[in-house]
Amino acid sequence: MSETVHTLDARGLNCPLPILRTRKAITALASGDILEVTATDPGSVKDLDSFCSQTGHEMVSSKQVEDGFFFRIRKA
Amino acid sequence: MSSTAPVYDIPKKDLDRWFDQRFAEKMAEREATHIPSMTIIATKGTLDMAYPPFILASTAAALGWDVSIFFTFYGLNLLKQDLDLKVSPLGNPAMPMKLPEGPTWIKGREIPMPTSVMTLVPGFESMATGMMKKTMDNKGIARIEQLRELCVEADVKLIACQMTVDLFDYGKEDFIPEIEEWVGAASFLPRAQKADVNLFV
Repeated sequence: MSETVHTLDARGLNCPLPILRTRKAITALASGDILEVTATDPGSVKDLDSFCSQTGHEMVSSKQVEDGFFFRIRKA
Repeated sequence: MSSTAPVYDIPKKDLDRWFDQRFAEKMAEREATHIPSMTIIATKGTLDMAYPPFILASTAAALGWDVSIFFTFYGLNLLKQDLDLKVSPLGNPAMPMKLPEGPTWIKGREIPMPTSVMTLVPGFESMATGMMKKTMDNKGIARIEQLRELCVEADVKLIACQMTVDLFDYGKEDFIPEIEEWVGAASFLPRAQKADVNLFV
């Protein structure tokens, strides 16, 4: 099964906007789809982890990149 | 207890083990289906104190929680159609006085300014409010209007204190129509009683 990948640019946004935007974006996806989020808020690293564990979505990967942070989340 | 109740001859040890197992299962089941809930009481109407209730409420809603905010006293100002929130340096010695813009030698540097004295200068409060808003925009912090809209969108229940409206002679038409209900403490408390998290801001 090929997974559909969606992207969300949350750069320049601060707490709690990256979480709220992620929530909004992921709601529109189908189960199993991937959402790739880029953010600059350092707090988003732990917050998105917490978001995933609370909502049941899977944090596939989370890493620091040149211009901030990059997350891959699979919708539950 | 009725005398016709059946009597089982099960060793206590087995019964205990069965109960422990069933109990753990039931608890896990409950945990899995439980929707966390939070109630917040918002009592302040300044720009700085408008953030905690709206940030916490919108974030909790994003986590799938069921959230209500009870706005009372000055907190009711946060539900006005036209938000004109200010932040006062008076009685707020921890508020950093920093210029959001300007040459690098001064920008972002703490200005040693006794806020309690400076507040007496006419216009100082508006200036401080302007500086705070500018700083927030620069840092990508959401505007209160935006956070409030996000709360409404995420089904956060906005509950207004009826007594406050009567007390300050407010007109209900000055407030946003998304207010779920106008009630008193006796209507809010049962909701708070069932919530997992209760906050007073």
